[in-house]
Amino acid sequence: MGCSPNLPKTTMVKSDFGYNSKIEGEVIVTRADAVVNWVRSNSVWPMPMGLACCAIELMAAGGSRFDISRFGMEVMRFSPRQADCMIVAGTVTYKMAEVVRRIYDQMAEPKWVVAMGACASTGGMYRSYATLQGVDNIVPVDIYISGCPPRPEALLDGMMLLQEKIRNEGGSLRRTFRGRTVETKIVS
Amino acid sequence: MDAAVLIQRFPSARVLPSQDMPTVEIPAADLLAAVRFLRDEQSFDLLADLCGVEWKDRSTRFGVVIHLLSTTHREYVRLHVPALGDCVPSVSSLHPGANWHEREAFDMFGITFTGHPDPRRILMWDLYPYHPLRKDFPLAGIEVPLPAADVAEVTGQTVEPAPMMGGPFVSLGGHFSEGEPSALDQSWNEEKPKS
Amino acid sequence: MKITKEISLGDVAARSEELRGENMMLNMGPSHPATHGVLRLSLELDGDKVVKCDPVIGYLHRGDEKIAENMTYNQFVPYTDRLDYLAPLANNVAYAIAVEKLAGLKLPPRCEAIRVLCCEMARVSSHLLGIGVYAMDTGAWTVFMYTFNERERLYSLFEELTGARFTTSYTRIGGMTRDIPDGWLAKVSAFCDGVERTIDEVDKLLTRNGIFLERTEGIAPISKELALAYGLTGPNLRASGVPFDLRKDKPYSGYEQYEFDVPVGTKGDCFDRYLVRMEELRQSVRIIRQVVKSMPGGAWYAEDAKKIFLPPKEKVMTKMEELIQNFMLVTEGPQIPAGEVYFEAENPKGSLGFYIVSNGGGVPYRLRIRGPSFVSLSILPAIVPGNFLTDIASILGSLDFVMGECDR
Repeated sequence: MGCSPNLPKTTMVKSDFGYNSKIEGEVIVTRADAVVNWVRSNSVWPMPMGLACCAIELMAAGGSRFDISRFGMEVMRFSPRQADCMIVAGTVTYKMAEVVRRIYDQMAEPKWVVAMGACASTGGMYRSYATLQGVDNIVPVDIYISGCPPRPEALLDGMMLLQEKIRNEGGSLRRTFRGRTVETKIVS
Repeated sequence: MDAAVLIQRFPSARVLPSQDMPTVEIPAADLLAAVRFLRDEQSFDLLADLCGVEWKDRSTRFGVVIHLLSTTHREYVRLHVPALGDCVPSVSSLHPGANWHEREAFDMFGITFTGHPDPRRILMWDLYPYHPLRKDFPLAGIEVPLPAADVAEVTGQTVEPAPMMGGPFVSLGGHFSEGEPSALDQSWNEEKPKS
Repeated sequence: MKITKEISLGDVAARSEELRGENMMLNMGPSHPATHGVLRLSLELDGDKVVKCDPVIGYLHRGDEKIAENMTYNQFVPYTDRLDYLAPLANNVAYAIAVEKLAGLKLPPRCEAIRVLCCEMARVSSHLLGIGVYAMDTGAWTVFMYTFNERERLYSLFEELTGARFTTSYTRIGGMTRDIPDGWLAKVSAFCDGVERTIDEVDKLLTRNGIFLERTEGIAPISKELALAYGLTGPNLRASGVPFDLRKDKPYSGYEQYEFDVPVGTKGDCFDRYLVRMEELRQSVRIIRQVVKSMPGGAWYAEDAKKIFLPPKEKVMTKMEELIQNFMLVTEGPQIPAGEVYFEAENPKGSLGFYIVSNGGGVPYRLRIRGPSFVSLSILPAIVPGNFLTDIASILGSLDFVMGECDR
C-alpha cells in the first residue's frame, strides 16, 4: 500500500480510495488517515461501564437479536487498557464519579466516550444530592444517546454515529499528547 | 400475636393506631428486651426492616421503626422507638441483619446506635458531612468537595446541587384547591439564575 | 569453601510466623464484570483464600427515598421501575399495592389477575437473566445467549402491553395504565411453550454439568439460622430450608386462586439457590398458564376510587366534573388518607417492602424501600471468608442481587 498524498487523483474524486485498475494495477492509493480511521471505526472495542438499567440494554444489544457484533463491537473488554470506547451506561453518582474518571484515564489513546441514556447524559430523572448531572462533567463525551433506557437500536445508531465521527477524524497519525506532538512516520 | 401481649410484658410501651399490623411504641430503654422477647418467645424470627424516620409532631425529632416477621405464624409486628438524644440501642446483637439497616439510618438521619459494631456510613462516602434524609436538607443537595481530591483537581468538579430550575412541581397543599402547583423554590429558574 | 547450615524442623516451625508473610488487600472494584453492577468488595486474602470481606455499596445511591418525598404517588412509579431493573413490573405492582393498602382500596378481579400475570412474567425474566449471568460467570456462555433470547421475546410482550421493553411504569394507584390489548394473551401462551423448552435446555446444560457442579456445590452454604438471622428472603431463604413464600403465606392480589408449588432447598449452598430458581421458573410458567386461562372480564381499575384514579378519557373530554377531577389528580396527586403501611411483595430477588407514612394529601411524608438485595449483600461478610478468590464470582451470582435495589 503506497502512501503518497501528492499523487494526482484520477477518477472517482469523491472517495478516498481512488482505484483504477488499468492505471494502478494491484495497488490502491489512499491517504494514511483514511486507512487508519477505517480500521479504527470498524473495530471499536467498547468498555462497558455498565452502572444501572442501561447496562441491561447494552447486554441486549450484545445479544443475538440486535447483534452489536455486526459492527465489530462484540468484544466487550472490561479492562480499560484493552478497550477503545467507554460506554457509560447508567446513572453516575458522585461516589462513582472518581472511579469512572480513573478508568477513563487508564484507557490508551485513541479513546472515545459514549454517554448512553438520560442519566449519563444529564443526570436523567434523578435530580438529587447524590447524582452527577451528566458524565460530561468529569470525562469528555463524544456521543450522547438519549432514552431511558435507549432501545438497543438507538444504541446501535449512536455507535454508527461514533463510527462516522472516527472516520472523519483528521490527523489520526499525528496525536498530540500532553503538549508534545508525536508524528508517526511510515518507512519503507 | 396481639399488641396486648407486648404491653403486658412492657408496661411503658403503648399501642399506636394502625390498620395493618400491631403497632407498639417502645421506649429505647426497653428495646433490646422487647426484641429478645419477641424473637425467643413469640417466634418473630426475621427482622424484615429497620428504618429511621423524622417525625413532625412527636416527643423526639427522630425515631426508628422496626418491622419483625414471624415465618412460622405468618404475621408482622411494628415497633416505633423514639430516639432520645438521637440515640437508639442497636439490635444487631439479636438480629445481625440489622447491622446494615442501622448503618443506613445513621447515614441518612444521623441517628446513633449504641453498641453497633461498625458505625460507618454505607450509602454516602465516609467523609460526607450531611445527613441527606433530614427534612431540613434540600433535595438538590449542598455543595461539598468531590470525595477524590485528585479527580477534583483534574476536572475541577465539586459535588454541586442539582439544577432544580424551581421544580419539582408538586402541590404540597394537602387537599384539593389549596392552590395551583408551583415550584418549591421560587427564587430562581432558567431565565433568572440564582443570585 | 562450602557453607552448610543445618536447619531442624523445629527451627522451621519456630520461624513459621516469620515465613507466613502478610495478607494481601485486594479491591474487587466497583467496575468489575462479575460483581453484577457497582459493588466494591474490599478483600483481605491469605494467598488464595479470603480472610475478610467488606462490601462497599452506595455507588448507585441516587436518592430515591428523598425524591419520593417530593413526588406525587403516581409520579414515583417510574422510580420504582429502576429499583430492581430486571423485573420492573414486579416493583410497580408491589408499590401500587402498598399505596392501595394505605388508601383502603379494593381492586376488581381482572386488575388483580393482570397484576399476577405481570409479576410472574417479571419473575421469569429476572430468573432467566439471573441464571444466564450466573452461568456466564462460571464460564458457560451459551446459557447466557439462550436465556437472553427468551428474554427478548418477553420484552416484545411487555412492549405490546405497556409501551416499553422494560422500565414499564405500568401500574397506577388504583389500577393500571391501560387494559390488555387484544390477542396478547394468546401470545403469552405461545411464549410459555417456548420458554419451557428453553428451561429444559438450560437444565440439560447446567444441572448435571460436572464443571458447574464443581463450581457451585458445597460453596458458601447458608444454614437456616444464619439466613433468618440476617433477614434473607425470597429464593435465598428458601434454598436454606425455610419454606416461607409471601405468595402462599400472606397472599396478595389474588394469588390464593392459583395452584403452584414452592421449591425449598436443603443445604443452602450455591447449587441449591440455582436449583430453587430453576424450579421457580417452571412454577411461574404454571401460574402464567392458569391466569391466561382464567382471566376474568370486567373493570381493570377501581371504578369507585374517585379521588385516586383518573376518570376515563371520554368523560374527561366531555363532562366538567371529570375534567376538574382529572386536573386535580394530575397536579396534586391521588389523595391518600393519613396513616402508615408496610407491605412486602414476593419479588424475584426476595421480599420488596414499602413502608409508607402519609400525612394525607398526594405526596408521601416518608417512603422507605426495603430492598431485598441490600439484605442479601449484608450476609457476604459472614459467608465469603474461608472460600477461594475464584469462588466469589460464584457466590455473588448465586445470591442474585441487583444494585439498583440495594442502593436505591
